[in-house]
Amino acid sequence: MLSIRIIPCLDVHAGRVVKGVRFVDLIDAGDPVEQAKAYEKQGADELVFLDITASNEERKIMLDVVERTASECFMPLTVGGGLRNLEDIRIMLNAGADKVSLNTSAVLDPELISAASEKFGNQCIVVAIDAKKVSDNKWSVFTHGGRNDTGKDLIDWVKEIERRGAGEILLTSMDADGTKDGYDIELNKQVSESVGIPVIASGGAGKLDHLADAITKGKASAVLAASIFHFGTYSIAEAKEYLKSQNIPVRL
Amino acid sequence: MSQPSKSLKLAVIDYGMGNLRSVVKAWQAVGAEAYLIQKPEETQSADALIFPGQGAIVDTMKRLAQTGLDQLIKDWIQQDRPFFGICLGFQALFEFSEEGNTQGLGIFEGSVKRFPQASNTQLKVPHMGWNSVRFEDKSNLTQGLQSGQDQFYFVHSYYVEPKNQALQLFETEYGAPFCSGIRSGNCVAVQFHPEKSQVKGLQLYSNFLKTITS
Repeated sequence: MLSIRIIPCLDVHAGRVVKGVRFVDLIDAGDPVEQAKAYEKQGADELVFLDITASNEERKIMLDVVERTASECFMPLTVGGGLRNLEDIRIMLNAGADKVSLNTSAVLDPELISAASEKFGNQCIVVAIDAKKVSDNKWSVFTHGGRNDTGKDLIDWVKEIERRGAGEILLTSMDADGTKDGYDIELNKQVSESVGIPVIASGGAGKLDHLADAITKGKASAVLAASIFHFGTYSIAEAKEYLKSQNIPVRL
Repeated sequence: MSQPSKSLKLAVIDYGMGNLRSVVKAWQAVGAEAYLIQKPEETQSADALIFPGQGAIVDTMKRLAQTGLDQLIKDWIQQDRPFFGICLGFQALFEFSEEGNTQGLGIFEGSVKRFPQASNTQLKVPHMGWNSVRFEDKSNLTQGLQSGQDQFYFVHSYYVEPKNQALQLFETEYGAPFCSGIRSGNCVAVQFHPEKSQVKGLQLYSNFLKTITS
């Protein structure tokens, strides 16, 4: 039986982890590779690096981070942030990323989704969405780190993403993000039931039952979380034990 | 064949479709000397051939034909030299794939089919993530692995249906059971990605090396 995936996400700025894991045994807690190895040891099912670097110069540092991670960690790695065209994607995949996550660039140029999935295979193209509720059961798609409202209807957008060949959707609720009050269940459910590709729930995890709800009620295939793991509130193993106790299939 | 020195030489097929770093690093992590090759003649001193499929099968078959690697793979397996196929490198060994209605290498009888696309259900396609494999094998190839327990990382929309059931090494459940690995003599090929499957994946690679030396 396919396991539900638990995916920690690390924000990386100029090659250093921002708000990283506070594991005591790390030699260099700011090093993304060290953090990736720590999460691999804990049993994370995949890992996401989000490059929040602004300049192109600093982005080259990310390639080195990805190369080193892929050389030392034998787990799936997704890299997102600032990938604008096929060449950016190619370089990142060659550096060792298994998947790339497109957000703003996919909205500005939806053709990029089609071209990238045709060229590199749909399994490695993730489209990330920042969604914000505009009325009951209606969400709008935002870009540029949540600053710009595109006016795009979320459900129309996720169907287009699937039609264009993306392999997966990483869905962040801007309303729930940072609240620790739980994922936006209705948002996840509506998206997951609108498409045949897997949906990763993101934004709002504060407690372990939030993870369970995103899966059982929100119908997500995977749950992404940052702070509850980084700050040691729960370990990946604890999260999995809990989900297992709720009869959710996990890899232990 | 195998050298007295411990390090086995593995030629990893690179037809320019994407990242092979993880595959090479994973084999190196279990003690092999793995290196990328682009032409058939570069495999001369290799103890084993590794075929990690990448991208789409249509392009894969095209590239293999352009380089003559298609014939190399056929000869290699027919001569029963050690071979390990991964993902598309498993699917391409069969006669036909529904992906782009493509002719495969036809080394084994059978075809590659798409999982039924199922919106509104929990059976998402691609089949993406960690799933267990069942096996009856008792050889050193599966030493240290537990049937139905240990999980491996999958990411694929198509699955192999071999005609000869006796080829099946691994079976996995996704909606229905499907063949997630075969073995025929010294040829092993799997649907999942051992190089992305942490300790258990490396265990399988390590075991494969032992089957070459023993």
